Amino acid sequence: MAAAVKTLFVDPSRCIGCRSCEAACRECDSHKGESMVMVDFMDRDLSVATQPTVCMHCQDPVAPCAQVCPVLAILITPDGVVQMAEPSRCIGCRNCVYACPFGVPKFDTQARLMKKCNLCYDRTSQGVQPYCSQVCPTHALWYGDYEEFANSRVGHPANLTAFGEQSVRTRVYFVLPDETQKLDISALLDEASAQQRAGARPREEAWVL
Amino acid sequence: MSVNKDFFDPQRDFNYDFESAGHPAPGWTDANRVPDTLVPTHCCFCGVQCGMYLKVADGKVIGVEARDFPHNRGKLCPKGVVAYQQAGHPDRLLYPLIRRGGKGGTLERASWDEALDYVVSRWQRIQAEHGKDAVAIYSGSSMTNEKCYVMGKFARVALATRHIDYNGRLCMSSAAAGYARAFGIDRAPLPMTDIPLTNAMLVVGSNVAECFPVMMQWIWQARDRGAALIVVDPRETPLARTADLWLPVKPGTDPALLNALLRQIITDGLVDEAYLKARTNGWDEVRAAVAPFTPEAAERLCGVPAERIVAAARLYGRADPSLVMHARGIEHSTHGVNNVLACINLALARGQLGKPGGGAMMITGQGNGQGGREVGQKANQLPGYRHIDVPEDRQYIADLWGIPVAELPWEGAAATEMVHLMAEGAIKSCMVVCSNLMVSLPDNAVVQRALRQLDPLVVVDFFLSETAELADVVLPGTVWCEDEGTTTNLEGRVIKTNQAVAPPGEAKPDWQIAVELAERLGRGKFFPYRDVRAIWDELRLASKGGVSDYYGITWEKIDEQSGVFWPCPTLDSPGTPRLFTERFAHPDGRAKMFPIPYAPPAEEPGESFPLRLTTGRVVYHYLSGNQTRRLGFLLAQAPEPWVEIHPRLADQLGIANDEIVRVATPRGAMEVKALIAPTIRPDTIFIPYHWGHRLAANQLTNPAVEPTVKIPEYKACAARVEKLAATPAATTAATPFVVETAETARAAAAVSAATAGADAATTAITSGATENFTPANAPKMFPYAVGETKAPPEKAGKTF
Repeated sequence: MAAAVKTLFVDPSRCIGCRSCEAACRECDSHKGESMVMVDFMDRDLSVATQPTVCMHCQDPVAPCAQVCPVLAILITPDGVVQMAEPSRCIGCRNCVYACPFGVPKFDTQARLMKKCNLCYDRTSQGVQPYCSQVCPTHALWYGDYEEFANSRVGHPANLTAFGEQSVRTRVYFVLPDETQKLDISALLDEASAQQRAGARPREEAWVL
Repeated sequence: MSVNKDFFDPQRDFNYDFESAGHPAPGWTDANRVPDTLVPTHCCFCGVQCGMYLKVADGKVIGVEARDFPHNRGKLCPKGVVAYQQAGHPDRLLYPLIRRGGKGGTLERASWDEALDYVVSRWQRIQAEHGKDAVAIYSGSSMTNEKCYVMGKFARVALATRHIDYNGRLCMSSAAAGYARAFGIDRAPLPMTDIPLTNAMLVVGSNVAECFPVMMQWIWQARDRGAALIVVDPRETPLARTADLWLPVKPGTDPALLNALLRQIITDGLVDEAYLKARTNGWDEVRAAVAPFTPEAAERLCGVPAERIVAAARLYGRADPSLVMHARGIEHSTHGVNNVLACINLALARGQLGKPGGGAMMITGQGNGQGGREVGQKANQLPGYRHIDVPEDRQYIADLWGIPVAELPWEGAAATEMVHLMAEGAIKSCMVVCSNLMVSLPDNAVVQRALRQLDPLVVVDFFLSETAELADVVLPGTVWCEDEGTTTNLEGRVIKTNQAVAPPGEAKPDWQIAVELAERLGRGKFFPYRDVRAIWDELRLASKGGVSDYYGITWEKIDEQSGVFWPCPTLDSPGTPRLFTERFAHPDGRAKMFPIPYAPPAEEPGESFPLRLTTGRVVYHYLSGNQTRRLGFLLAQAPEPWVEIHPRLADQLGIANDEIVRVATPRGAMEVKALIAPTIRPDTIFIPYHWGHRLAANQLTNPAVEPTVKIPEYKACAARVEKLAATPAATTAATPFVVETAETARAAAAVSAATAGADAATTAITSGATENFTPANAPKMFPYAVGETKAPPEKAGKTF
């Protein structure tokens, strides 16, 4: 990707779970009251860690959601932004919901339409940043180009996510620990289950009471 | 810290439920309106006061847009995003209400004339029969400087009562007193934009991520540059989660930890002796006082492992510049002032005050928490941070107001003491402005009894709060975007909020209500304000020459400079963003250091109440929740409180996640859902406080207050958790951590004995909790041995 392309950088380590992004997203006139970004606690039983989920705008292979759409309702603009399903075409089959490796498209059961983040196309096409990153108090969601990010922030932005054999290169970046080249989901899952087999690791020092 | 929404509604599938984000705001059905204007203003909520634009169409606020203001850089937290929905909210009070049938009756619609005439006739009768001081004003800080100023003047000139105080008493009073005592000036000494210059941040008792989310960008910018972050908090907050070091302190035991940090810094030779010699007084006493606080002794008192105390002292002590930030966690304490002074001692010992990015920084909570405490609505203050006991201050203000100085009342009761005066019948009527006592004051059963004694209780609010429900007269006020004025944010930056729309129905700005009441009281000539600007210009004069000098701050200058920092004594002064760069505000230019003894919280765990209860905020709600609980998005995220319990404690008590349990303290009990998570100390439980009635955490909290400034101890009291099946009266103590009590007492005694001059706490166990002292035997602030009964004190000693 050319360096000057502006995109989102998602850094879960900074997310404080305030859901400002959700509140801002549902302010948009094109989907008033409905948020296309989700903030979830990873595991509230263990931690306060939270994760914002936005559409990653898959580029290579090109958006799985669009590939599986039987009616070509999910269109991709020349600048690589995967748009929300075109309401006049969407037949509510939910193929996209099952195809998305990141769990992004939401299915509106009442309207029988797929809905998802389109990188605030109304704003970004006019040079204004998406509303979620505009308000995000911690820069967990940050909009700009790669150079600018690398010059001002710690962490390594990676846009390659590996699901076993299959890797996906996305327009949106995850911020990973330094030198981590890709988000390897299956390696992380293997690591977690190995830890589980070895017995729960001590998560904390003994409390002093 | 908050939770996923399925905690509140386990049956619901939140993935595909678009309604789960909360009820839509009014007017969203016709969503495609294009705004006519963007009104530049600021958020109405916390002390950060983020800049924002309000989108206005056809005389209605229809949305919000980011505004690139120097301190928030276009960022907004969820409260800021939805704040605009308060204008035009269906719950708004549109006309005055009166309880015509007396206390048992219902609130009925009335005209302004009827309501104001009734209030004034009652007040005149009460004051004729019982004296001027039988009517009180209980004000607030979530409104503009102009409104706060008018409330103070209204009480003292129109009502001539001494009893005026405000809800900042519950919020900032210990930090205010601490800074005034140490530095002679009460303000955060540096702007937020200085935070990225620091190399280490020690955050003590502040859940910045949830209470001041927009400050997080500055903290992260510092961390991007390599700054270390140390967090002192009994809970693993979102700030603590990624910190370099988390010190999980036992609630209420902070002086032990802070003193131990200072002792370790001395031991490691990290003290800036030259700075202390040149710029401070009292270092030798402080050095001697912290000597007994070895890391091991502190560990026994505050529950933080000794190694972590040493590591924190070195991480903080080796960095330069370094910044201590603190907030309600240490200030809501019966030794809140001392906690603040202990933080200041750390910063002074490291020679940091006055450096860019260095020093100590209080984080003021309320929207106008800083301005509200400077402009003369505090029990002991006149505008400009003048003191009501100092003759020249009294004279200046009396002359400005045009009243004989003899008529200017003396110091009145603090907000927390006013409640007791109401209960005793000394105060017969009170007007509550911008406050919701029934949610915000501790031990709210007592508060309710006090408020029911009042006739009339007058409440000015824009929603029917839990306090307004008890009122005899309710007067509809305006939300922030229906009026203009200035606020002073947590940095001391004076900013301007602008009017976006007209008030709905018959609602009026609070200052107009006060002016109309003053006219009916025959004192209208002292309130000749045609608009807010006239009040501002009078306030500038009133503060001229005072500690917080606003004289040079014009509205035009605020717009030109994106806010002006006080003190700004002349029209050509640009204001003072950074304080103490060369001298402190005491007459000798030096900072004062105070030795801080260890003192336990007023109530500690005992046989029947083996746990520590602490209360606090969640990111979705603001203070008593009267505003945020009415905004669909925010309510959906946190519709009810919960109690956070560590899994080890939950195992011992046999409590499961999501189970409704009973939490009891010596004051009362409430039923609340349990959240089992290891993000809190096992001996501590936490309940957020934003709800009223049976969901109010303040049914449980301890009304004990700090002896000098009267801030309540919300952050530490004794409690127990029991399953609902257990009978409420059960005193069979689940004794998981009782061992703590005896050991802590021994450790406290050991330290006290070693600390010269520190009184060993007299520990009595009567209620099943350990009472170190009770509200009854705490010294009273009112009536005072000052003013008319005592020789006036030195001005220098009365800067707070």
